[in-house]
Amino acid sequence: MSIDLQTVKKIASLSRISVTDAEAEAMVPEINNILGWVEQLGEVDVTGVQPMTAVIPNHQRLRDDVITDGDVRDKVLANAPQAEHGFFAVPKVIE
Amino acid sequence: MTDLTDLTVAEIRDGFRAGDFSAREVAEGFNANVAAARALNAFIVETPDKALEAADAADKAKAAGETLGALAGVPIGMKDLFCTEGTQTTAASHMLEGFVPTYESTVSGKLWAAGAGMLGKLNLDQFAMGSSNETSYFGNVISPWRRGGGDNAALAPGGSSGGSSSAISARLCPAATGTDTGGSIRQPAAFTGISGIKPTYGRCSRWGIVAFASSLDQAGPMARTVRDNAILLEVMSGFDPKDSTSLDLAVPQWEAGLSSDLRGKTVGIPKEYRPDGLNAEISAMWDRGIAWLKDAGAEVVEVSLPHTKYALPTYYIIAPAEASSNLARYDGVRYGQRDLPDGAGLQDMYAATRAAGFGPEVKRRIMIGTYVLSAGFYDAYYTQAQKVRALIARDFEQAFEKCDLLLTPTAPSASFALGEKQADPLAMYLNDVFTVPASLAGLPAMAVPGGLDSAGLPIGLQIIGKALDEQTVLNASLAIEERAGFTARPEKWW
Repeated sequence: MSIDLQTVKKIASLSRISVTDAEAEAMVPEINNILGWVEQLGEVDVTGVQPMTAVIPNHQRLRDDVITDGDVRDKVLANAPQAEHGFFAVPKVIE
Repeated sequence: MTDLTDLTVAEIRDGFRAGDFSAREVAEGFNANVAAARALNAFIVETPDKALEAADAADKAKAAGETLGALAGVPIGMKDLFCTEGTQTTAASHMLEGFVPTYESTVSGKLWAAGAGMLGKLNLDQFAMGSSNETSYFGNVISPWRRGGGDNAALAPGGSSGGSSSAISARLCPAATGTDTGGSIRQPAAFTGISGIKPTYGRCSRWGIVAFASSLDQAGPMARTVRDNAILLEVMSGFDPKDSTSLDLAVPQWEAGLSSDLRGKTVGIPKEYRPDGLNAEISAMWDRGIAWLKDAGAEVVEVSLPHTKYALPTYYIIAPAEASSNLARYDGVRYGQRDLPDGAGLQDMYAATRAAGFGPEVKRRIMIGTYVLSAGFYDAYYTQAQKVRALIARDFEQAFEKCDLLLTPTAPSASFALGEKQADPLAMYLNDVFTVPASLAGLPAMAVPGGLDSAGLPIGLQIIGKALDEQTVLNASLAIEERAGFTARPEKWW
């Protein structure tokens, strides 16, 4: 299947990346080339094959339900583009 | 007196302990080489003071007769994908420009605890996405190698660990960290005539490494010799409760276990790795490698990995899918760049921040990943890819019923000129054709130099081992290293 300009704009929007019309147009053939190439996987017979979930068998560990971290607010905020009153600051969300 | 910057990690470690030279002399030597090699653009940040600080601590500990760490007196380079407390960590992106971690990655922390010093943060492909180090926001890394015959074209050091490979081969550091998602340690090592090992998935903690594709990302060392790789890997490996995929296993003593005697070992030669049109010099190097391993006592058999041709397309679904999820964290709120156009709301800020902060290849992969995970396409792309990935892993399991390790080329060609493959993303992706399958199966794999091609550029061989059998991988690589006698080094022009 091949994707069009509208689809590229939709993917960009889902990816939260703003693109100009010219950028989106340039991406159409690029992305189609790559998707056309990966589509060869469709020819592989995968009857009865389970999708891989863990590359090396490993078990999920449980740990005691106790606090092991925290009390580092200033470290967490240290790299924020905008931090105010001990919080991350963002543009107004609710009018 | 010998130039201390020509020494290997083992020679620096042993010479320092024997009192042949001080750690400070070593650090000063490498600091000088780093400062004199800016034309290579291998470092994003140089940290000569950190290297001296660690060296002074090592000298002091030695004078006081204290127990010395495994890497006391050894300065190294740190790929700028590892978070280093108090030192900018960018993943070679504009997005993280100015990001100064308030914590240390597990792997880098282990190296410092063992006494290593940091010479600086090494350049790489942006978010480790690339095979030529041409996607860094901080400019291309240049390989110290040049083709013979007066051809001065700037060559690719490979990627994504291109700063690491360039710096080691130019003697700016005796060793460095790399990370490998689809070949990012092994292909740059091959391009620059050095060695590097990607251990079994889960050996090295991923905690504090900027994430690209979490089911594939593995840290590993890069250095000039197999022994040096063994020394570093021992320090870097080990269980970390902060990484849910970390393997809770003891770390073997790989250096002590080194032996190039391969009697009793069977080497598999996967026939699918020799497609029609394989570069004749790469093919000839592979044949030499087979002869070397036979000479070391190994038996050689042909094996089949029938799904090999599907490995790259599988990778280019899974890696972008995981990247689109991992890189969702760059939102302009918690760290990194923020781009807030006048009057913009929260959603506009996200989109503007990500448009300005990511380079073209990163955007391309995020968008492809978003598409293959989107409603209606998930099963056709992502689920299908995870099934084919299971088949690729099964191919290896079946091959390892007949052999103990595999020998293949590392890359389909020697280094190419910067700019040569930039226009076509697909042509660039093909660089990883021999390295990606082992990544998809989580297996340990090592690149070791074999010789020079007719243009005077290094070409290498790859050893792939069974899961957790890094020792056999290191030993077979050592057997090749001893027989190849690779001593070539780039002539200094920088």
